[in-house]
Amino acid sequence: MRLILSKISKNLKVSPIVIISFIASGLYPAYADKTLETVKENGYIKCGVSQGLMGFSNPDDKGNWTGIDVDVCRAVSAAIFGSDKNVKYIALSNKERFAALQSGEVEVLSRNTTYSMQRDTALGIDFVGINYYDGQSFMVRKELGVKSISELSGASLCANLGTTTELNAADYFTSAGMDYEIITFEKADETVSAYNSGRCDVYTTDQSGLYAQRLKFTNPDEHMILPEVISKEPLGPAVRQGDSQWADIVRWSLYAMISAEELGVSSKNIDSKAQLRNPDIQRLLGNDGTFGENLGIRKDWAKQIIIHVGNYGESFERNVGKGSPLGIARGQNALWRNGGLQYSPPIR
Amino acid sequence: MRFWRKAFSWSVQLLFLGTVIYGVTWLAGNTVENLARQGTASGFGFLDSRAGFGISQTLIDYSEDSTYGRVLVVGLLNTLLVAFVSIFLATLIGFLVGVGRLSKNGLVRLLSVIYIETFRNVPLLLQIMFWYFGVLRNLNPPRQANSIFDVAFLSNRGFVIPSPVFLEGSMAYGIGVIILLIGLILGRRWQTRRQMETGMRPSLWPFLLGAIVSIVIALYALVGWPFELDIPALKGFNFKGGINLVPEFLALTFALSVYTAAFIAEIVRAGIQSVSHGQTEAGRALGMPSRLSMRLIIIPQAMRVIIPPLTSQYLNLTKNSSLAVAIAYPDIVSVFAGTALNQVGQAVEIIFITMLIYLGLSLLTSLSMNFYNNRVSKKGAQ
Repeated sequence: MRLILSKISKNLKVSPIVIISFIASGLYPAYADKTLETVKENGYIKCGVSQGLMGFSNPDDKGNWTGIDVDVCRAVSAAIFGSDKNVKYIALSNKERFAALQSGEVEVLSRNTTYSMQRDTALGIDFVGINYYDGQSFMVRKELGVKSISELSGASLCANLGTTTELNAADYFTSAGMDYEIITFEKADETVSAYNSGRCDVYTTDQSGLYAQRLKFTNPDEHMILPEVISKEPLGPAVRQGDSQWADIVRWSLYAMISAEELGVSSKNIDSKAQLRNPDIQRLLGNDGTFGENLGIRKDWAKQIIIHVGNYGESFERNVGKGSPLGIARGQNALWRNGGLQYSPPIR
Repeated sequence: MRFWRKAFSWSVQLLFLGTVIYGVTWLAGNTVENLARQGTASGFGFLDSRAGFGISQTLIDYSEDSTYGRVLVVGLLNTLLVAFVSIFLATLIGFLVGVGRLSKNGLVRLLSVIYIETFRNVPLLLQIMFWYFGVLRNLNPPRQANSIFDVAFLSNRGFVIPSPVFLEGSMAYGIGVIILLIGLILGRRWQTRRQMETGMRPSLWPFLLGAIVSIVIALYALVGWPFELDIPALKGFNFKGGINLVPEFLALTFALSVYTAAFIAEIVRAGIQSVSHGQTEAGRALGMPSRLSMRLIIIPQAMRVIIPPLTSQYLNLTKNSSLAVAIAYPDIVSVFAGTALNQVGQAVEIIFITMLIYLGLSLLTSLSMNFYNNRVSKKGAQ
């Protein structure tokens, strides 16, 4: 029947049918329950990233992607292939990201995406962890003389279309009884451009995003980020719903990075740490137990992650922390031991 | 023999129809089944739930508490607004430039050619971005807005103009305008009848002027002057009061009109040139002034050639208005197939509704243009 159908549509070029079948075939989750097999067959992971957000996922002039979100995909690649290079990065707008994951265009969505109940339950996707604890904040020009969000009544806001930012701003301003006008752009670059050309008084997005974008401004000193944070924005990777093995692989790749930091294992000291008779470290490095086999991937999966990507702390400092132009403090993203929220369930 | 041939042809068509229907239902069923397996919500129930986000330009009442269904209507109205205004402006500019392209004046002809070749050959998206970001950057912030007689202000927040406020009694003026319009129609009929009878067309102006003056005086005596202007004033971050034409609307309307006008101009030129020169000469031989022969002989015949491609341009313009999303104009694609889609996540339903709406809009435009075309071409055939 399918053959006949495809013949007909080919001969007649029936465009509506083509369109509908295109939509339907995109939704057809032929490999929904065996993502790992597909990935191994292809030899690479399709990773959905942003269209360029410094520190999170940003391409350099040679097309190499870096960032804390990119590191999640590199870690998954290292865990499966023993190399962090087997990743194909696909830049997605806010608007496209969920459809791309649902339809199988990407296997991991690691794109500064807020983990929320609506998204986890109604979109056919599953969040598997949190790699950056963020919150929404506001940036204004210093010349306005504004010191707090409560002085922003009547302001114009520039934001990204299809984000939790839009909803949080609406909630905050309406519950405070303040007027506002929100202008939403599909691309972050256009949002920034509109803010810079004076279309808006305020640019609002996740705090980390504000720091990252401000670096690109011609005069970063003329802008200030207001101290208040109006929302919880836990950012994390997501996978398609219905393949728990794949979800486990991505989840534990992230946890392996956090565990490594907890155990003090980094890409620099991994060889000397491997000599220690610490059972936690031996389990993490795959010398004890069958954790890799249980996930359906290589035995030394976590070791490969640490060698190629490093532990969570290294990734953080390199991309958004002291080792990067952003210079963001660990804050909520410090390990639980140091007063932060990053915590890995035990690998045992 | 003929019966069998007919029966055969019918059965082939029925078989084909059946296959198509089967195919469509199979695809629909397949989609629904897969959506359910994916764990994605489906159905149209979301249209009744609270949207919870703000929209920068709304023609009807809308708040964060409105439903997604309301978002759809707000987006649709914004699309319609920009499409209507742009179609009007594009037609106006297009006809002027198209006629200018055939002008006897060399300078006018040259300017028309430059206009057409420039705007026709630059991608529309770039033009929209250019007008939006290019012009926006050169405007002042609201506190240093350029004012026009202190009643209208141009700033990078838009062009604020005073809005009329209708007080009690303004209805009477509305009725006055309707009476005048009816009078005008009757007057024109009378003019034509007199021309048929005597060969001379009487002037209507003295009557019209007299009617306007007397109606206004009568109304003023009855209800006074029940209009006020709401003049915008700077308050806090932006202007309050009046009507604000946001920069997104202005840029999009401007770009769409200017771009489509270039195509319309060429259509108009082709239409006029399709009327044989003999027609102009015949008009002149009958002693008709050239403006009158243009209006009564050339244009009606040219219209038969102009209307069908003009319809396509109108359809293109309406569909091109979906590029609004690039500059944050809250049209249906931006607010409904953008923000709402992202919050709800039901891509199939939302894109389907949006496609249906564009299809409906296009069919409506085609239908009304075909209706007009039929009238015009019948007139031409007589």
